[in-house]
Amino acid sequence: MKLSVWTYEGPPHVGAMRIATAMTGVHYVLHAPQGDTYADLLFTMIERRDRRPPVTYTTFQARDLGGDTAELFKRAVSDAYDRFAPQAMIVGASCTAELIQDDPAGLAKALGLPIPVIPLDLPSYQKKEHWGASETFYQLVRGLAPSERQPRPAPGETSAPSCNILGPTALGFRHRDDVIEIKGLLKRLGVRVNVTAPLDATPDDLRRLPEADFNVVLYPEIAEAAAAWLERVHGQPAVRTVPIGLGATRDFIAEVAALCGVDPAPALNDSRARMGWWSRSVDSTYLTGKRVFIFGDATHAIAAARVASEEMGFEVVGLGAYNREFAREVRAAASTYGLTALITDDYLEVERAIAELQPELVLGTQMERHIAKRLSIGCAVISAPVHVQDFPARYAPQMGFEGANVLFDTWIHPLAMGLEEHLLAMFREDFEFNDAAGLSHLGAAPASAPAEAKAAPSAMVWASEAEKELTKIPFFVRGKARRNTENFAAKHGIALIELETLYDARSHFSR
Amino acid sequence: MVFGADWPARVTTVLAPQRSVVSAPPALTRPVIRERGQREVFCGLTGIVWLHRKIQDAFFLVVGSRTCAHLIQSAAGVMVFAEPRFATAIMEERDLAGMADANEELDRVVAELLARRPDIKMLFLVGSCPSEVIKLDLSRAAQRLSQRHGPGLRVINYSGSGIETTFTQGEDACLAALVPEAPALDADAPQSLLVVGTLPDIVEDQFRRLFAELGIPRVDFLPPRQSRDIPAIGTNTRFLLAQPFLGDTTLKLEDRGARRLAAPFPFGARGTTDWLKAAADAWKIAPGHFEKVVTPGQTRAKRALERHRQILDGKRIFFFPDSQLEPSLARFLAEELGMTPLEVGTPYLNRDLVGVELDRLPAATRISEGQDVDRQLERCRAEKPDLAVCGLGLANPLEAEGIATKWSIELVFSPIHGFDQAGDLAGLFSRPLIRRGLLKV
Repeated sequence: MKLSVWTYEGPPHVGAMRIATAMTGVHYVLHAPQGDTYADLLFTMIERRDRRPPVTYTTFQARDLGGDTAELFKRAVSDAYDRFAPQAMIVGASCTAELIQDDPAGLAKALGLPIPVIPLDLPSYQKKEHWGASETFYQLVRGLAPSERQPRPAPGETSAPSCNILGPTALGFRHRDDVIEIKGLLKRLGVRVNVTAPLDATPDDLRRLPEADFNVVLYPEIAEAAAAWLERVHGQPAVRTVPIGLGATRDFIAEVAALCGVDPAPALNDSRARMGWWSRSVDSTYLTGKRVFIFGDATHAIAAARVASEEMGFEVVGLGAYNREFAREVRAAASTYGLTALITDDYLEVERAIAELQPELVLGTQMERHIAKRLSIGCAVISAPVHVQDFPARYAPQMGFEGANVLFDTWIHPLAMGLEEHLLAMFREDFEFNDAAGLSHLGAAPASAPAEAKAAPSAMVWASEAEKELTKIPFFVRGKARRNTENFAAKHGIALIELETLYDARSHFSR
Repeated sequence: MVFGADWPARVTTVLAPQRSVVSAPPALTRPVIRERGQREVFCGLTGIVWLHRKIQDAFFLVVGSRTCAHLIQSAAGVMVFAEPRFATAIMEERDLAGMADANEELDRVVAELLARRPDIKMLFLVGSCPSEVIKLDLSRAAQRLSQRHGPGLRVINYSGSGIETTFTQGEDACLAALVPEAPALDADAPQSLLVVGTLPDIVEDQFRRLFAELGIPRVDFLPPRQSRDIPAIGTNTRFLLAQPFLGDTTLKLEDRGARRLAAPFPFGARGTTDWLKAAADAWKIAPGHFEKVVTPGQTRAKRALERHRQILDGKRIFFFPDSQLEPSLARFLAEELGMTPLEVGTPYLNRDLVGVELDRLPAATRISEGQDVDRQLERCRAEKPDLAVCGLGLANPLEAEGIATKWSIELVFSPIHGFDQAGDLAGLFSRPLIRRGLLKV
């Protein structure tokens, strides 16, 4: 048993729903008790979808348990087929139905429906949402695409090179817009998109997957298993660079161009690629060395770390992910910043790490947004789990050149702007323009209890003069300054922290 | 055929008259559609979202799966991040495979929780579908943990599982579990009033003032704001239900000798008047005094409703089942705002408690219990109501089809009881229609 206050991921059948809901012509029959239908609202409310997810729940109750829940399941499959006339079905059990062991796979097969019925075995007590999505997509691809390799001309031999875009789902973090951005980019390279899946794909589209020359793995959490199978069975190479950020977008273009033997220049010279200049321009100098903590799904966290470090000039002080399946990749990325990755799905552990590190900016999920709010630290959301705010009406991709522009704008928004930061530091006692009053562009809402107040109380004694001086340091670095000074004092055997100690420590740590 | 070939055959169940303690039973002869099928309703765990704010020193620990944890954090639409007093002990493979004794694991998780929240005075172990299916005995666990961590901490269990409870039945199960914790009211104690069902604090205070003005000296509320304040219960307890979904709690209270004052529920000017009247009669309050006390509230309520009546009068409304409040709300909307309820769906129809509401609904209104959501959607589409009251999973899809909706969950998350909330309650129904009129998009 694991004590859990908030969860980063839902159960694996919610992952399966994300695939079924993304596709058209697929229906999911889920053996599940009353109440599991809550998952519909994730799609209809958070994502504002205009139709119900294509999911039928058997809705068994306690009184059914002594009777024939298997019969209930068979009837649900049969009714769903009649009512929704899908081209393919997936069937499976939620956590409770897994315990009653009705064998949805066998029951559905026994009905002999004239469409492919793909059973899912999603172990609810071991796995989570991303795994469930990945497994579902993989099973659908395996179940529908031909199982043997078919002859295919070399890329570009008879027509333009073609690819599949794999990974975008329902309820994905900006998947809708990423797909548009990447399609545009591929078009500029002269690469035709054969199939995008699972988002808006039909079962027939999955059958056509092997016709493409290669696969673009946009979201490894969802698509890596399917892409690996297509690579193994159909010999389709996979482009695995995730084009989040300027550098990664350029790498992605280079990788695709090399694979297809096309000229990368038309795609690289994109007049919309403003992020580089925005970051080099002098106004952005104030971004230099901002201490940033990054947490999210592995793919978005790793990409954000690169953007933060190479393209914003931030200092990455913490990097982690909640999906253990990709822990290796996150650990490797973290080591390049001299960090130990935080791999956990316990949000309290993440909160402790943030409170301890006292970053100036948090790039995280909705969970970290709340943590950061509580600690009065700026935050931008970079990853699922999603919130209704993560589905903006406007076009706001994370990927490609426009995605890089979006990252720049979104990440600097919570920070104090150049001159404002200086003024706040210089004239801390101004009665209406001070950090306790909040940043001017974020409204006048007073910052709640400052971050340092939440830090663990220390045993060190501060002289009142030094304590007062500390309050003149801007709030977003005050916690850090306090801790550095205390560490310095402890190391040098100083029992009482005086004004001098504060400045000695400052000089010590700025070497 | 609008309702499917077998629809008329379903209109067979005739509710039998039921006993009622204080007043004579209403003649319940209305046909009811009973349906089994996919239910688009929450399970009883959802009640934790409001219960954990009401009882301020209590903590709710769901013993369940990742699905349970995900449900609770998703159900409210947004996460309630201000230090939640609920959590889930998520069962894992090793708990099921017998590698770890589930009881030992639970004890460990509770110890971990208490170390983090030593301020907790009452801990609810809340059963879920998986804990029920594997027959994890939470009542024994509660006893064991009460002994270990008591007397400063009381551990109580109830089930909020979807195989046993629908949405608001979770609160019923919770309150029913609280009843045995109540001290005994002396047999010779004067008659006292108990109001049962979670009410927003402000509404509770309004009712408290009204009862005091009426001359009812002692009024208690269940659930209490602090766990130590569970009111005493005995044969001289008379109780009024503030919510219609408290069937099990009612039985538990009656077992303790308390007697229910049958009444419609306090929605709108009339519902609130009738509800207060039931108490006033039990205390033999003079009619003149009763009138004097309720008239100002009635007047305010009627005035507040007037504006909404202009919008809602004559409009047709369709209730999907959700909270069991549906019959009471439909009665309010029909009687006081001139709406026409087409179908009133409820997940569970408690004949004892809401019969009085059914009696006041128009004869043409269809009552349905349970759900087969696809069939019900067909009926809704065929009738094209002016407003459909439904859960979050159905609202946007119905809007996209051109049917205005009111999400029902707001009805359990807003102050809607009593005279001074009547206008707000009506506003929940008029706002979607006003908005439709405003938008030119």
